[in-house]
Amino acid sequence: MSEWTADEMMAVEASRRLRDGTVCFVGIGLPSLAANLARRTHAPGCVLVYESGTIGAKPTELPLSIGDGELAETADSVVSVPEMFAYWLQGGRIDVGFLGAAQIDRHGNLNSTVIGPYDAPKVRLPGGGGAPEIAIGVRDVFVMLRQSRRAFVSALDFTTSVGDKVRVVITDIGILEPVDGELALVALHPGCRVDEAREATGWELHVADDLRESDRPTEAELQALRSLRTKGAG
Amino acid sequence: MAVVPLCCAVRDLVHDGDVVALEGFTHLIPHAAGHELIRQGRRDLTLIRMTPDLVYDQLIGMGCARKLVFSWGGNPGVGSLHRLRDAVEHGWPAQLELEEHSHAGMAAAYAAGAANLPFGVLRGYRGGDLPARTRVATITCPFTGEALAAVPAHRPDVGIVHAQRADSDGNVQLWGILGVQKETVLASARSIVTVEEVVDELTPVPGATVLPSWVVDAVCVAPGGAHPSYAHGYYDRDNDFYVAWDEISREREGFRAWMERHVLGTTDVTEYHASLARTRERA
Repeated sequence: MSEWTADEMMAVEASRRLRDGTVCFVGIGLPSLAANLARRTHAPGCVLVYESGTIGAKPTELPLSIGDGELAETADSVVSVPEMFAYWLQGGRIDVGFLGAAQIDRHGNLNSTVIGPYDAPKVRLPGGGGAPEIAIGVRDVFVMLRQSRRAFVSALDFTTSVGDKVRVVITDIGILEPVDGELALVALHPGCRVDEAREATGWELHVADDLRESDRPTEAELQALRSLRTKGAG
Repeated sequence: MAVVPLCCAVRDLVHDGDVVALEGFTHLIPHAAGHELIRQGRRDLTLIRMTPDLVYDQLIGMGCARKLVFSWGGNPGVGSLHRLRDAVEHGWPAQLELEEHSHAGMAAAYAAGAANLPFGVLRGYRGGDLPARTRVATITCPFTGEALAAVPAHRPDVGIVHAQRADSDGNVQLWGILGVQKETVLASARSIVTVEEVVDELTPVPGATVLPSWVVDAVCVAPGGAHPSYAHGYYDRDNDFYVAWDEISREREGFRAWMERHVLGTTDVTEYHASLARTRERA
């Protein structure tokens, strides 16, 4: 029994990669948790941009949607959606973009569109949303995704966004980074094993020679994390 | 422009087979207008919307749509849209044609429509499988030679948005997260704006935008008309409803029963809210 959950470990690892002043494009869920954690710990000047148009949002509770009113009330600026994508994302003003997906391949390409054939889908997923242009418009893409054979696949059913700018994939087992053009396991979270990571990957997973162990979440990190409550979740 | 009842605006301005855009990016979603389209039994609509969340799940599940033009079709923070998925995966209640874009592409298409240009241009749609499945073309910049994506402009027959308020002349004021509402109204041949209230004078609000009465065809009073979305300064997002919708919409029968009780069984937004309140009291 560990003293933290897999989601907490993922949020902590993502948050550690954000620096004071990093401008990050945030989605709902783990990325929002990670970015808000960074802002409350080591990176108070981390700038949170939500695609609904809020720039520099400072929510006190985690939003359930990217367009919650509190994001607008606490933002430095609120812009329209065309302006957000044209001036701010395409304009090259975002450092880090977080992406999730249903599937990822060894090159960091992502699928959030469909499982099965596009014309006769087994599961119709929500679709790309902001992802296709986030994937090419930001400086660095961070992916957060639980590791399993269903998600880490040898071939995507559909390529929603390309992996050229994926710098890190944070999973519930460890950390993957591109090494020689392919995602390799570079760190394991405390208590996780290499064979676990291999079993949860649909391609032959390369393991870095200097495999590290992720630092355990600190008391301060866990405390800050747990003080963040999702709006409407009590 | 005149302040008219919503039922009259929908009757006069929205026809079967029209291309209709209901916009509002998580905020100010025109649910009351969506419900009125369902009550009046509109059919064969091409529905445009960046995030076809609950409002289009309802329209699609009630058989109003022939085609969906969109970029992200989920229940924000919750999961799937079950009625949208049922239509795409099983053709229920009817086949639904998809034209799928990215958010950036949709935003550029609306902005182009508002500017009376034939297409929007962006650095996007690169690499992935989407270009082969949608209406996008590559154009070359005449100055630099850079290859860019071109998306056809959105020019809806009818654009529908919700706003905080209007004055009695029909000038509309909205603030908070503004999404693509202004672009939707300006890109559309006809437009309907539902508002929380009509006031004597539009007092300035920081960051607010005003749509002058002469770009709007109908202003309709619909208090609570964005529910379960929100109207900044009036009421909060009903997050519990978004969570509850997952269960309400999961099965066809349960969905139909809910729509019959709260939408088809009511005549306007006020009755809709009373109907929801009665259900809450019983629970």
